[in-house]
Amino acid sequence: MPEDFNPGTEGSGGVEGKATEHLPKGTIEPAEMVEVSIDAPQFQVAAAHPERVERGIAVMFLVGLAGFMGFGASYWQNYSNFWLGITLGVGFFGLGIGMVAWGKYLMPRGPFSEARHSAAPTPEEQEAFLTDFTSRGKVAIERRGFLLKLLGAAGGVFAIVAAFPLLRSLGPLPKMLFYHTAWKKGSYLMTAEGRKVHEDDLEKGGVLTVFPQGDIGGALSQTMLIRVEDASYGYVVTAPHRKTWGPKGYLAFSKVCTHAGCPVALYQKALNQLLCPCHQSIFDVGPGRPATPVFGPAPRPLPQLPLYIDSKGFLRAQAPYDEPVGPGFWERGAN
Amino acid sequence: MPEPVRVARSRRQPAHTSARRGQSAFEWLDDRVRASKHRQLLNHIFPDHWSFMLGEMAMYSFIFLVVTGIFLTMYFKPSDTMVVYHGSYAPLDGTRMPEAYLSMLNLSFRVRAGLLVRQAHHWAANIFIGAIVVHMMRVFFTGAFRRPRELNWMIGATMLALAIFNGFLGYSLGDDLVSGIGVRIAYSIVESIPLVGSYLAVWLWNGTFPGHIITTRFFIFHVLILPGAIAALLALHLAFIWTQEHTEFKKKGASEQTITGTPLWPGFTAKSGGFMLVVFGVLVTLAAVVQIDPVWQFGPFVPFKATDAAQPDWYMGWLEGALRLWPNWEVNLPGHMIPVVFFPAVLLPLLTWAIIYAWPSLEKRFTGDRDRHNLLDHPRDRPGRTAFGVGALTFYFLLFVAGGDDVLSNFFHFSIEDFVWGMRITTIVLPLVSGLVAYKICLELQGQRRRTARPRFLIVERAESGYYAATDGLAVPGEEEPDPLDVEEAGNRAAEAVSPLDERPPTPSGTTESRRAP
Ligand code: HEM
Ligand code: FES
Repeated sequence: MPEDFNPGTEGSGGVEGKATEHLPKGTIEPAEMVEVSIDAPQFQVAAAHPERVERGIAVMFLVGLAGFMGFGASYWQNYSNFWLGITLGVGFFGLGIGMVAWGKYLMPRGPFSEARHSAAPTPEEQEAFLTDFTSRGKVAIERRGFLLKLLGAAGGVFAIVAAFPLLRSLGPLPKMLFYHTAWKKGSYLMTAEGRKVHEDDLEKGGVLTVFPQGDIGGALSQTMLIRVEDASYGYVVTAPHRKTWGPKGYLAFSKVCTHAGCPVALYQKALNQLLCPCHQSIFDVGPGRPATPVFGPAPRPLPQLPLYIDSKGFLRAQAPYDEPVGPGFWERGAN
Repeated sequence: MPEPVRVARSRRQPAHTSARRGQSAFEWLDDRVRASKHRQLLNHIFPDHWSFMLGEMAMYSFIFLVVTGIFLTMYFKPSDTMVVYHGSYAPLDGTRMPEAYLSMLNLSFRVRAGLLVRQAHHWAANIFIGAIVVHMMRVFFTGAFRRPRELNWMIGATMLALAIFNGFLGYSLGDDLVSGIGVRIAYSIVESIPLVGSYLAVWLWNGTFPGHIITTRFFIFHVLILPGAIAALLALHLAFIWTQEHTEFKKKGASEQTITGTPLWPGFTAKSGGFMLVVFGVLVTLAAVVQIDPVWQFGPFVPFKATDAAQPDWYMGWLEGALRLWPNWEVNLPGHMIPVVFFPAVLLPLLTWAIIYAWPSLEKRFTGDRDRHNLLDHPRDRPGRTAFGVGALTFYFLLFVAGGDDVLSNFFHFSIEDFVWGMRITTIVLPLVSGLVAYKICLELQGQRRRTARPRFLIVERAESGYYAATDGLAVPGEEEPDPLDVEEAGNRAAEAVSPLDERPPTPSGTTESRRAP
């Protein structure tokens, strides 16, 4: 420990409370350091048996050293993740614990106390600063109001035009992006592997994710095709105006959840319900049940895709979806 | 041309211009930077308390994140381009996947120590945010945010928000099935913002979801912009702590005008530096023994696939829970709508941070206390604040629990419907109850303390005349803690006892003398 090591930067003994608060800064300049006897009890090490602690720390450092060497070896030998991490961990622990112990037990016991430097500013200080800042020699800022305004205006315009490349160039305008999917009148229903879906493909209670041609795997056009369990193989009528939308027990609903857009991936055939795995919204499907949300946070039914079966037995779309699929957005409005 | 005015400036000569040979490295450097002038910085005092290490823990986790993160950037490819995997992980051989996911597989299986660093980085993110939250609780319940430290409270709150954002982005970079669903939800959340939502979502993602560029954009935010912002704010945070100096607890010897603890050099440096290594040790050990985010098990993100019971990192749990509990209410306006997710996923966080930012001023309004404070409160002495904090924590914790409603209802054999309804009610009622209970407990503790700590001996004297007279005696011997309410005077009296400077010779100048207690 250096001879003049001095923990208290200024006279800090009993500092009388009220007096410091408004003392001018100068009087507590941390310049006046006072010599303190190195024999003061606060400067003695904290440990009762420093030699023992020293030995303990040495052991910890050796453990740390061994850990790091072990890590080097593990890396070199391409050992498993476990050995790499454990050896490195032991290295850090050994070094770290040793250092903490050193700081805790082998350094001046203290406690050390000093006057806080962080008193409130005085009004005079603030006044002087403001005067300097605004009216240096009466030429700086104080009487240049007009120039300041112009500068502000230019800065403001810059901020606005800078936003164009920063934001506007990022992507297209939304326009009708959310209103259309790739489904068209007459689109074949395709599997994820790109095969046309035939009317014989699904058993009762079967389920398949389908896409329109040209958008296989599409995130917005993904559609859930189900063949309802209890229907006779006639039309499944989910709502009065959808008399022909579900031929031969087939129903198709948008797979994009109206809550937050997750794929509504689960079909519980016994209950005739679709379930969204993200936040457990449940939609009723089947005769008289147009994917109405019956539980969970989803606010709207899943849009239904009108189907027909062509002369070769392939499933096709009568028309695109008649409303935006997926979660809501500001421009969507009620319908 | 007038003569240039010479600005007054001290023209000090360096103390000694050493032309000696054999200068030490320190002398050489000091000759150029004059560090020796700031000798007293070595004495900067840091109060000792375990709870003051929480902020350090966050800081060291951040440093660890930066170091491990740099390693990861050497191998990670922020690209959504689809490629086919032919690598050592057989189950995915021949699978089409985004390049980003592929590079994650290579980091896990091919790069030496890559898996360790990946897991350590992910663990550090979780522990970083955990440490921030607990640190913030410490600051809140002890009133460390009061004047003059309100700005630092706000800087901290901003860092918390940035840290959560950055955690989410990092988690999403993998482009695996679990995180990909989170990104899909994030898209819907951005889309839900009134007026600008559609624009923001379409711009950020370059079109409708998934957009094929988002990993590239998330990456630059994750590795440069947000960490840069956190680093800058952290520097400011620490600068504030340095100039305002740390608070300390009320105890014998403490006062508003003094600070007691360990000096920066060498005690604090050794302890804090050692603590940093211990934090590192914990993180790499976790990375060695506890698997985290095994992306290879999830498979690459495919927009039409979903996994069951996928859980986000813990710090997203409260948002996840809010999304699950908020009922299916949307606001329909003529021609416009405010979608359902806006309320739990945008409004709730906005309100949360509004309250956090405003808390120091709110409390000033309630209590009328506008003083400067360097001594911390014991939570029991501020029952109102403590009750609010406990209630708020209960609320967010319940949201967090609700984030696992599918797993939990399965586990407890509740129907999901019952569970969600139960949680909806609990989330509203229980915070009120727990706040009230906390309030009562605070009062109870205060009372107990008064009862046990205050009794004094009565000194009974018998006068010559035969009368007995009782006078107040001394406090119970061994009573260590002064009453918090009159701690200041006690502190001033006691400060002298702990100062090492008592041993010093009398001060030559009168300035320090004059400030001594009478
Ligand atoms: C990136 C995250 C953060 C880091 C790395 C960090 C770091 C630190 C450190 C090292 C300290 C000094 C030691 C201590 O008191 O624990 C501190 C103090 C402080 N922090 Fe933070 N902090 C973070 C976030 C926050 C948050 C979220 C808040 C509150 C909203 C906050 C408010 C404060 C305040 C008011 C102090 C001064 C405490 C006092 O003097 O008693 N910090 N911070
Ligand atoms: S996304 Fe389907 S319930 Fe939330």
